[in-house]
Amino acid sequence: MRRWVLPPLLLAALAGIWQVAATNGTIADALGIEPFLVPSTSEVASALWESRGLLADNAWVTLREILLGFGCALVLGLGFAVAMRLSETLRLAAYPLVVASQTIPIIVIAPILVTWFGFGIVPKLLIVALICFFPIAVTTLDGLRSVDPAALKLMRTLDASRWQTFRRVEIPTALPASFSGAKVAVVIAPIGAVFAEWTGSSSGLGHLILQDNAQLEVAREFAAIVVLSAIALTLFAIVSVAERLIVTWR
Amino acid sequence: MSVSIRGLEHAYGELRTLDGIDLEVPSRGAVGLVGPSGCGKSTLLELLCGLAEPSAGSVAIDGAAGAAQRLARSVYMPQRDLLLPWYSALDNAALAPRNRGRSRNEARHDAAALFERFGLAGFERARPDELSGGMRQRVAFLRTLVAGKPLLALDEPFAALDAITRGEMQEWLAGALREDPRTVVLVTHDVEEALYLCDRVAVLSPRPGRIVATLDSPTPRRADRVAAVTDPAFVAARDRALHILRQHTSAVP
Repeated sequence: MRRWVLPPLLLAALAGIWQVAATNGTIADALGIEPFLVPSTSEVASALWESRGLLADNAWVTLREILLGFGCALVLGLGFAVAMRLSETLRLAAYPLVVASQTIPIIVIAPILVTWFGFGIVPKLLIVALICFFPIAVTTLDGLRSVDPAALKLMRTLDASRWQTFRRVEIPTALPASFSGAKVAVVIAPIGAVFAEWTGSSSGLGHLILQDNAQLEVAREFAAIVVLSAIALTLFAIVSVAERLIVTWR
Repeated sequence: MSVSIRGLEHAYGELRTLDGIDLEVPSRGAVGLVGPSGCGKSTLLELLCGLAEPSAGSVAIDGAAGAAQRLARSVYMPQRDLLLPWYSALDNAALAPRNRGRSRNEARHDAAALFERFGLAGFERARPDELSGGMRQRVAFLRTLVAGKPLLALDEPFAALDAITRGEMQEWLAGALREDPRTVVLVTHDVEEALYLCDRVAVLSPRPGRIVATLDSPTPRRADRVAAVTDPAFVAARDRALHILRQHTSAVP
């Protein structure tokens, strides 16, 4: 009960404090800026309502990038982890490269992807997929490798084939770790999508934020941020529910 | 299904674990292996079951010495119950038939019959974490029996249980073996357990393990365990085994 009540209460309290501090100019004074640059909670709320059509259209664009990118990362991340589990040679050869690839900032890659694939959805979903791939692949591989060697012996003595051992022991062992990876991935996916839109796009929440920022539409900028984090929270909740439905033994 | 072990040696790299083991187990006979921790008892069972290969010597089950043949003829019951937490008790017990390609329902049917017989009826759908230690061990044992192999290699099956439950489980296993006799090799460091459950007990030395003595059990698998283990002949055999064990482990301070 408390964990459903306390976060909204805290959020409401913070929103209330912000409302007061923004309206009476405390924040603007502290920052030394014009008060209209600091929208109050109620101004953000009304921007959310008045621009709902615009926000929804752009949110849909961003959501699609997130879902497609995350979907690609899920398929590739799981596939790669399984392949590295099945082939020691592949793991030894590829794992260090996968880790090394993460040291290349996405900021550097994004413009190149735009150059190669244009302003459509492809570079966006590639960027989202690139940042989601790593947490999913690494947690899944670690999960697969954490399997109890005694359980593998047990399966051999119980006449299991390699595939049966993989399906009945290794996959269930790895699932909780995979879900942890997927939860990390799904909350950073929107960051990737926004960033991808910044490198070159004509729609999406990231694009809208950039535009509003330039036009000093600060309230709507905040509203777009609210929508974006609502998307991330919802996706996180969906993955968590899926985890509870699938990983029933924990 | 008899077991014949000749001049068996095993080493993990430089570490010699078993040295010149000779052991015969007659069909449907039960032999216990007792010895200090780390004397290679578990390794011996893995060699027996085709889960490992000897460095020298041979292990044969009914004359078949290949690892695949040993795997097919024997089943290894590890020390921990290793029940898979994502399966129900029944599905855990039914693992071997499932692995051999029987349908889920057929495999469950095979296992369910034994649930009744071993007092686990009503717990078929329970997840392992809902079962007590004794029940988990029983499910693990059923899983071993349902595998339907003629040779059972039991690795300290009751070591994790408290003394009272262990006694009950020993009595229960004795009953199970009376009803459904198999060839058994039991590893334990409990001399009393070995003498109660087996026809013959081999005492192993510290690593590298060698058989230093073999004793016959006076009254194996009697229905009344307490009566069996307090029988003077049993007590004498137990004291002898303990004495031999002590002689060979006294080097360890």
